[in-house]
Amino acid sequence: MDDLVVDFLTETNESLEELDNDLVHLEQNPNDKDLLSKIFRLMHTIKGTCGFLDLPKLAKVAHHAENVLGRFRDGDLQVTPAYVTLIFESLDAIKYIVSQIEQTGKEPDRDYAELIEKLDIVYEGRDGGGSDAAPAAPVDAAVEDIFAEAPAEEAASEPTEDMIFEPVPAASMMERNYGNTAAPSRKNRDPTRCSGGSDGAEHKESALAAQTLRVNVDVLENLMTMVSELVLTRNQLLLISRTLQQSDYSAPLQRLNQVVSELQDGVMKTRMQPIGNAWSKLPRIIRDLAMELGKKIDLEMRGQDTELDRQVLELIKDPLTHMVRNSADHGVEDIESRKKAGKPETGKILLNAFHEGGHIIIQISDDGKGLAVDRIRRKAIENGLATEDELNGMSPSQIQQFIFRAGFSTAEKVTSVSGRGVGMDVVRTNIEKIGGSIELKSVEGEGSTFTIKIPLTLAIVSALIVESGGERFAIPQLSVQELVLVSAASSTKIESIKGTPVYRLRDRLLPLLNLSNTLKLEDERDDEADMQDRYLNKYLVVTHVGGHSFGIIVDKVFDTEEIVVKPVAQMLRGIELFSGNTILGDGSVIMILDPNGLARASGELDVSESKASTDQEATGLFGNDEKTSLLLFRAGDSTPKTVPLSLVARLENFKMSNIEHSGDKMVIQYRGALMPLVPFNHGVHLEGADDKPVLVFSDKGQSMGIIVDEIVDITEEFVDVQTGVSQPGIMGSAIIAGKATDVIDIGHFLNSLGSQWFKDHDDTPFTSAGEAAAGRGHNRRHVLLVDDSPFFRNMIVPLLRVAGYDVTSTDNAGDALKLCENGAQFDVIVSDIEMPEMDGFEFARKIKTGSNWQDTPLVALTSHATPQDIERGLEVGFYKYIAKFDKDTLLTTIRRPWQNKAIRLI
Amino acid sequence: MTQWHEDMEAADEYRKRSSDFLTIQIGDQMFGIPVLQVQDVLGKQKVTKIPLAPPEVAGSLNLRGRIVTAINVRKRLGLPENDNKSSQEMSVVVEHESELYSLIIDKVGDVLSLSDDTFEKNPSTLDPLWREVSSGIYRLKDKLLIVMDVPKFLGSVNA
Repeated sequence: MDDLVVDFLTETNESLEELDNDLVHLEQNPNDKDLLSKIFRLMHTIKGTCGFLDLPKLAKVAHHAENVLGRFRDGDLQVTPAYVTLIFESLDAIKYIVSQIEQTGKEPDRDYAELIEKLDIVYEGRDGGGSDAAPAAPVDAAVEDIFAEAPAEEAASEPTEDMIFEPVPAASMMERNYGNTAAPSRKNRDPTRCSGGSDGAEHKESALAAQTLRVNVDVLENLMTMVSELVLTRNQLLLISRTLQQSDYSAPLQRLNQVVSELQDGVMKTRMQPIGNAWSKLPRIIRDLAMELGKKIDLEMRGQDTELDRQVLELIKDPLTHMVRNSADHGVEDIESRKKAGKPETGKILLNAFHEGGHIIIQISDDGKGLAVDRIRRKAIENGLATEDELNGMSPSQIQQFIFRAGFSTAEKVTSVSGRGVGMDVVRTNIEKIGGSIELKSVEGEGSTFTIKIPLTLAIVSALIVESGGERFAIPQLSVQELVLVSAASSTKIESIKGTPVYRLRDRLLPLLNLSNTLKLEDERDDEADMQDRYLNKYLVVTHVGGHSFGIIVDKVFDTEEIVVKPVAQMLRGIELFSGNTILGDGSVIMILDPNGLARASGELDVSESKASTDQEATGLFGNDEKTSLLLFRAGDSTPKTVPLSLVARLENFKMSNIEHSGDKMVIQYRGALMPLVPFNHGVHLEGADDKPVLVFSDKGQSMGIIVDEIVDITEEFVDVQTGVSQPGIMGSAIIAGKATDVIDIGHFLNSLGSQWFKDHDDTPFTSAGEAAAGRGHNRRHVLLVDDSPFFRNMIVPLLRVAGYDVTSTDNAGDALKLCENGAQFDVIVSDIEMPEMDGFEFARKIKTGSNWQDTPLVALTSHATPQDIERGLEVGFYKYIAKFDKDTLLTTIRRPWQNKAIRLI
Repeated sequence: MTQWHEDMEAADEYRKRSSDFLTIQIGDQMFGIPVLQVQDVLGKQKVTKIPLAPPEVAGSLNLRGRIVTAINVRKRLGLPENDNKSSQEMSVVVEHESELYSLIIDKVGDVLSLSDDTFEKNPSTLDPLWREVSSGIYRLKDKLLIVMDVPKFLGSVNA
């Protein structure tokens, strides 16, 4: 059932219970104004909400009941028990409808015309009531009189009688209805009667109501505060117990520790809400936007169930909405531009949320036009954010970061949607306020990915305790990337450029910040003579803020502690280096450093072309956006060759004299076994060479080596393989590090060994160009590859990409099924058979029985294909069985189902 | 009416026209803090320094799980540091805008009930810094007591 409906049902059930009690109370105090208004409001809410949810029957009943209540409230109709009964009847009807929706998801078929008519009669005053109705007391008396002798005849009365309401004197009608309320037979009335039929709802407690309990947020907040204090006290106790050797307290303390941790988790959970709650409005927003802007946009949301603190959720709701709007407005192009750019008409925005080490990562990606570096440059100059010179020294990704600066909006024209200058800077500020960070990765023409990293909760954070200038400080663990000790023995020392300390950390220059200087804990000394001494035996806390890394020089590093962040005193709020203070386990007060503030205080710290940020970069969410690590080498001719690094098990240098021969093949003794070797091509001369580099490939215990001339480099690139080369062993070529590079086809070499990996391979040459072109084009087909072996995955993914398919791969069937549940769509699924946990047969069965992939063609890929296996595979729904490495059959096969599908669609 | 009752009435009458102050000593000068504003009187405490804080802020300390900001009253009043090492450092905890502050002073004295008759406005020639934090002066027999205006005293300290 829709979340909205579930919420509505829970709410309505609560309201109904409340109404029930109130109405009983009303009967005793018929003209209690407050009560009447309250009942009226509740009815009104039900009416309003179900109108919104498209529940017409419920809306109608609630509406007419509300009319009558409105008259009571306005005081122009005296509340009499008879009327109360009528309201009860409407309530019962509502309850029944609600329970039916709960059970079946639909409104019941019953028609409530009669009840509505009754309500209308009262509303329109046709029952003789109305403003000049008899005063309440006499009526009551009369009713009671009548009630005393009320016969059960009511039950027998014809339904049609209810229709002839108006001429009946008020008293008699009351008698009937009052009889209704009081008589125990009420529940047993004919359920077809409009007013009845409430049996279901009355007999059992609502299933939904029983599962949830509404608690005031303040209560939870209070509970959380207390748990936080408890955690602190526990920490203190643990600290004390650590100093005591073996004491009687140890065991109970352990237990206390455990219980408190569980309690903390439990209380934390009460505050957790799925992030989907913050997203629920987005599909609608995107739809409307798409209509307004004349675009086609597909919003995909993953990880809606990821939970985070309610408080955090509230704080990121608006920034998220803003960013998704931005993606739709600025990111995704209109249909024409997309067509021109060779993209599918429908733009895609992907929202993805997941947990990662105590944080929540939210990614917002689009496959739109990306951030135009030129326009940002121009804008930055126009708005005086930077000078031309400054910009010239910046990398495109640094320039793109300008969108986070205040007073910057990239939209050329202001639309009603966005572009009013309150843009990404506000988003960034809001996210940083809650200790989060936001990163941007954008490739012009291909799309943008924003990655937001936020803490799970704000109440308790884990922090690294450091010492500088004799004082201790806490640094939120969230922003700490690594710790480096610079001692006399370290190979790299802290160096300085005109007094500014820097450090070479793995081939990049890390700007440093001397905490004691920044905090003015010691005098800044300029003489560089004692520099080396001063920076000895210091720790560097490598911190990552807003896409930049810098190191904080501290004297000592202590433990990590869970701390409760408390705001600093009013008079200290002006110091932006601190985000709060806290009490440590030993009872001392400690200031919490704000990494954002530190970055700001030391001047906009930029790490140019920081490799760290590359490391951190979210893997692109669209298959072809992924960067691949590549090994570059040379063999035979001067054209650089490349192979995905992940395919290479090891790089070795073998003495050519050690090579032996087995049959006509070269082998070498390697790790206690014989490994076959092949030269990359005939250009690789083995004679006369002392030793040669060898690329070792291995899978499932099997290894082989390819002899090359020279290993050039390892690089990370977006690989866009161009086909058209029909040379054996070359898959195609790509531009890597600015040069045309041959992408090698390992399969060819493996084949040339005739190893058992390549059963069933018939020797037709690789039909590259024509075949690949067939798959290429504006509508790239999407293939899902499920294979537990990274080797084959890395083998087949590039192969399929070259052939013009978009490929998503998973290493187990479970993940694939998750994709299925999340609604991902593929044109073909290629699955391995032998996989741990869930094998290919099981996977196929799951897919073919009622998943939303049941019509997707399924191809089996295996290295062990017995006839029985094949039969079994076809039985469970595989379209075809293909031996691994028989790539020609694979390509022709996956092309076929797609064509079939195309025909079917026509 | 008995003598006792008369005495009580006189006492009530007196109370109406008088106020209670906790007296504190800073150097040679006596100050009074309205007794109802005082939360706690503490001995010397371990104080965590706060870098970059205004000079008047001595640091922060943990008072039964609450974080209290310590204010060096001598600095605030423009007086030199106490060089009398033997004197005991004490502090008075006050609440200001629902935050706790501990005022570090030289010595805490008695609580005095002072009659409004002996109250005077600040002399116009008083040091402007002091005039700002004083809400008036009581004439005691042998010395003068300056009434500390706590909100003003703390309000103007800013980072």
